[in-house]
Amino acid sequence: MSNDLSPKERMAIDRVHMPELPADERSTNFEEVNLGLSADQALSEAQRCLQCKTRNCVAGCPVGVSIPEFIDALACDDLPKAAKILRGDNALPAVCGRVCPQETQCEALCVRGKKGDAVAIGYLERYVADWAMLHPDRLLKEAKPEATGKSVAVVGCGPAGLTAAGELARMGHQVTIFEALHDTGGVLRYGIPEFRLPKEIIDREVAVLAELGVTIECNVIIGKTLTVAELSEDYDAVFIANGAGLPTMLNIPGENLKGVYAANEFLTRVNLMEAGRREDSATPILQRDEVAVIGGGNTAMDCVRTARRLGAKRAMIIYRRGEAEMPARIEEIKHAKEEGVEFIMLTAPLAIVGTEDGWVSALRCQKMELGPADDSGRRRPQPVADSEFDIPAGIVINAVGTNANPLLTATAPDLKLNKWGNVVADEEGQTSIPGVFAGGDIVRGGATVILAMGDGKRAAAAIDQYLKR
Amino acid sequence: MFEVVSNEILAENLHKMVLVAPRIAKARKAGQFVMVRLAQGEERIPLTIGDADPAAGTITLFIQAIGASTRKIVSTPVGGFIRDVAGPLGKETHITNWGRVVCVGGGVGTAVLFPLVKALAEAGNEITTIIGGRSERYVILADELGALSKNLLITTEDGSLGYKGFVTGPLSEMIADPARAPQAVFAVGPVPMMKAVANLTREPGIETIVSLNPIMIDGTGMCGGCRVQVGSETKFACVDGPEFDAHLVDFDGLSDRLTSYRKEEAARHAAEGCKLAKEVAK
Repeated sequence: MSNDLSPKERMAIDRVHMPELPADERSTNFEEVNLGLSADQALSEAQRCLQCKTRNCVAGCPVGVSIPEFIDALACDDLPKAAKILRGDNALPAVCGRVCPQETQCEALCVRGKKGDAVAIGYLERYVADWAMLHPDRLLKEAKPEATGKSVAVVGCGPAGLTAAGELARMGHQVTIFEALHDTGGVLRYGIPEFRLPKEIIDREVAVLAELGVTIECNVIIGKTLTVAELSEDYDAVFIANGAGLPTMLNIPGENLKGVYAANEFLTRVNLMEAGRREDSATPILQRDEVAVIGGGNTAMDCVRTARRLGAKRAMIIYRRGEAEMPARIEEIKHAKEEGVEFIMLTAPLAIVGTEDGWVSALRCQKMELGPADDSGRRRPQPVADSEFDIPAGIVINAVGTNANPLLTATAPDLKLNKWGNVVADEEGQTSIPGVFAGGDIVRGGATVILAMGDGKRAAAAIDQYLKR
Repeated sequence: MFEVVSNEILAENLHKMVLVAPRIAKARKAGQFVMVRLAQGEERIPLTIGDADPAAGTITLFIQAIGASTRKIVSTPVGGFIRDVAGPLGKETHITNWGRVVCVGGGVGTAVLFPLVKALAEAGNEITTIIGGRSERYVILADELGALSKNLLITTEDGSLGYKGFVTGPLSEMIADPARAPQAVFAVGPVPMMKAVANLTREPGIETIVSLNPIMIDGTGMCGGCRVQVGSETKFACVDGPEFDAHLVDFDGLSDRLTSYRKEEAARHAAEGCKLAKEVAK
């Protein structure tokens, strides 16, 4: 098999459609929705890539995956080579192939997208990564790096931490990841539902790191169990990627009623603690017929689709702007709609109404209309006078975002923070403490998996430079 | 994995467990807690660190086995292991020398009170400890607390030991007597008890600290499940607490949120009861 089609022949191939579980079937279980491409589909899609010299797609990728190269290897049906190229650039390709917003990154810049459909780069990444997981015996051996004798402590086992750890281990440094929770993956495990990212994928990606010699210690809370200063003493460098933060409260009446969840609590119960997913899970979760989720991002979509799977007859997204302004991925919005999620747009919550015995009974809302653009470039929603109305709900989930978590920073007085409490770090992740780097949500505030991974990768390069000094 | 090195029964359903956890033993301060998960599939449960021995690398937990999860935790034998113990979490108690301090403990709250009394005694406070229980069988740690306190008063609802009545009886007597009135009060126990103590000390303006026990999942601030209304603000007990100014806490709200999973838990207990019955029938 070769990849010597003419541009015209390539242009004649249509973009593949990702096979999916039927919506009525999947909305009752936690099986993965996207089923992955077949070998024929992957080959055909790979041949759509024009192999352009400009490599716009790579510029759109926060971790700089060698996209044309791995796609070329795939088009030549050389999967071991494709896997090697992909793994060389990206520590978590099976994760990225599933949860990255490709439509706004690599695929947004694909030349083929200018006229028609972009190459399905994300699907191809997933295909190669999944193949590699199933065929460990056929992978090209990575040369074991020479040990540098230097050690790095990584705080947090989420996307930024895992990426940095993988990079640093490949450079020959001894890496230990400290994780506060009892399991690996950070937001990948507690935040992203299994129907988008199966836990097995996280386990396998983590296993690859373990093979590289990365040590992971769970149940260690940096800032509490150990401090950053202690890590600095024991390791040659430190990378802080403790992520997540604290839920942003809505600051409306009724927020502490029973049945009101912050998105993280709802998702953690189901994803990390397996509430509602396994019969023997000891952690409970409330299940109600009417569930209202406030917010328009990916987290809101994850919550509402999870609520649907837990049996909600009416699962609703309440968002104060319009659908076009929602930050969630297009695919997630589409999947949610197919699964019967109701979208109640241009609607802002005013209060949560409760019963006499303290349970949520409704979400009091107000209609909104879009005014001129605000600082974020999105049109600012403005209330419509006398438009209050109630939406009956047994569960209300707040998915409007998070603030910086003070757990680590409170015991690291030398670590410079910005006015929101996020760690201040330069382009390469260097903080105000020499040898201490930071990246991901603790620096950015809530962002995406891939941006956190980009931070991890850049910081790893900077840490390597620092250790070589 | 965290090894259990001792497991004693102090009173009905109340265990004192010592675990090997060297990092936590070294880092912990009075007032802090750990998140404990016995095994895969089990709940994460917040438990106060009762005491620690940094030299031996051990921590002591006092565990009241009332729910399914705590019952399983206390059934771990000596030499057995608990899969996950994370901490220390929460803020440490603000300890100073107030002078006269009253420490009030109810039920298993008495165990939570123990590290506070120890730290307050070390800071030179003159401590009166009042501990209460339904009956003699539920009064715990009397000797240990007595050794750290100038006075130890015991109350039982049925009068089987000490004063008959509630902990608030002796406390209000002390407050009424200028020669004995405390400069600060610490109270740990059931929510109605803490609320009653707060109501007694509010009028005379005695600084009163309570340690709260809301539902928690991660214990690191991430999930927000442990929120409590304190004054006009919503606080997260795991990062902002677990100790708060008793005069500002919305005890009714806390009480109410603690019942969130009553139905779900009852269903689980019933299911487990059935399973047990089936096993017995075999």
